Amino acid sequence: MLEVEGVSVQYGAVRALEDVSLTAEVGAITTILGANGAGKTTLLRAMSGLVHPRRGTIRFDGRVLTGRSVEQVVRAGIAHVPEGRGVIEELTVEENLRLGSLILGSRSAQKAVIAEVLELFPPLRDARNRYASSLSGGERQMLAIARALASRPKALLLDEPSLGLAPIVTARLMAVLRELSRSASLTIILVEQNARSALSIAQSAVVLNLGRVVAADTASSLAADTNLRHHYLGF
Amino acid sequence: MPKIPRPPKWFHLPRQPLVRHLILAIVAAGGFYLLTNDILSTYNTVLVGEIAFYAIALGGLSILTGANGQISFGHGALMAVGAYTAALLMVHTHFNLVLELLIAIGAAAIAGVIVGIPATRLKGPYLAGMTLILAVGLPLLGNQYGSVFNGDQGLVTTPPSPPGSVNPELWLTWIEILGALVIMVLLANLMKSRFGRMFRAVRDDEVAASLAGIHVARTKVIAFAVSAGCAGLAGAFLALSSGVVSSGEFPLSLSIEILAGMVLGGAGTLVGAWWGGIALVFFPQWASSISKAAGLGTGGNAYLGTIIFGAVLVLVMMLAPSGIQGGFRRVGSFADRRLFRPRGGDVTKSLQTGSE
Repeated sequence: MLEVEGVSVQYGAVRALEDVSLTAEVGAITTILGANGAGKTTLLRAMSGLVHPRRGTIRFDGRVLTGRSVEQVVRAGIAHVPEGRGVIEELTVEENLRLGSLILGSRSAQKAVIAEVLELFPPLRDARNRYASSLSGGERQMLAIARALASRPKALLLDEPSLGLAPIVTARLMAVLRELSRSASLTIILVEQNARSALSIAQSAVVLNLGRVVAADTASSLAADTNLRHHYLGF
Repeated sequence: MPKIPRPPKWFHLPRQPLVRHLILAIVAAGGFYLLTNDILSTYNTVLVGEIAFYAIALGGLSILTGANGQISFGHGALMAVGAYTAALLMVHTHFNLVLELLIAIGAAAIAGVIVGIPATRLKGPYLAGMTLILAVGLPLLGNQYGSVFNGDQGLVTTPPSPPGSVNPELWLTWIEILGALVIMVLLANLMKSRFGRMFRAVRDDEVAASLAGIHVARTKVIAFAVSAGCAGLAGAFLALSSGVVSSGEFPLSLSIEILAGMVLGGAGTLVGAWWGGIALVFFPQWASSISKAAGLGTGGNAYLGTIIFGAVLVLVMMLAPSGIQGGFRRVGSFADRRLFRPRGGDVTKSLQTGSE
């Protein structure tokens, strides 16, 4: 369980997050919705240690993550797939995955997890010796997620994975995510602009506006709230 | 287009990196033996030894800059650390040469860690500035602490005594070549290991690298230490070759030459380090023979070497921005496509094999 409690983040004079709290359950998808500049990405970055909150605490399975460095957070079992893919272009697909599996330590464990994630994304298996720079947008997104999964995380943070992807690719991706959260009991936090498809696979949802939580509920009841949808989600 | 058959299977090197690199190194060692023992004059043999220790320094810098993305103007100073360490050991102790060289590598690597830690917070021009100060300042300590380093006079190194009737200069050259080949094998394996991937990942995208669980700062310091260790060995060899270590041996221009030679050869490639070494050693030679022929006198001679180096550097950067080795690779893959692949062949296939 990933708990965010009263977190505030400030960039210089700009308040990016103000007293944000949420709880993400194990084996469920929690989606964070909101317009541009609502603070969605900042919230994910605070969870993975890329920015340090001024106030508040973030706990994962009871352990405090706030104040830890990024790679300590990764070792605690949280994998963050940043917006704009976050793959290493100069490395091949397989090398990227090996990098992701680095924290597992043993060679056999690394081999096993790479085989597993390649099974999950067949296009990557065919492209395993290609440089990441030669991949298409969809393939890169798959690689970014596969690389995150290669660390055998307990929680997966995804920042706009559908950005720039064809609808059919997005649909396939969402299906994979739903499957992962169920079968591997992953805690998934999904930041999306595409609220409709995010709500369709998530169990719970949080809506941010100008750095504050304006709504938090189950995905189905948020989707049923026409007023909120019109106001903040634009559908 | 004429059809040329692909080289047979046995012609290809094994895929296992260590075996592959060892085979290449042994073949190179055989080539160097023939070259130095039977073909070249003693004078040119000494130059081959110089190329070898420059290649060590350039190879180390190539890892730091080419693979890890950190620039260093301070490698001349790190060479000085290795050179003075080796010379001090030779003056005050009676260790054997290998141990002395290992300690020189260690001392330079420690200096590299000390430089590398603040370097993790600096980028681009700021890092260049910091390492530049190192290059200017550190060799001056040789003058400052005259009682230890003997100032301008310097410390005299003891050349290794050869077995039997081997020419001492030839013996030293062989030691330098052997050292260079050992370093090349180690660096080549390092680049194929997880450290190589970590170095490149950090260079490419620090955020993505840290999100993959890589300790970015530690990785940068490791790269600096490895690179500095190479510079230290190169410095120790330089000390042995010149017979004396003084503060004047490590001017700022040495650091800049090393950086320029590395870029010329091809940043991030180890073969490029040898091209760079050849350029650093032979351009001054050519310059002196040209200026002698043109009757320029000693003043013109000094500038001509730099002018030739600069002109070649500009030319190479225009024709092959990734250095000499990068240029060869491009020509090679072009020829490979033209000669061995059917026209209109599968593009993705060539992308895969081209990724070697």
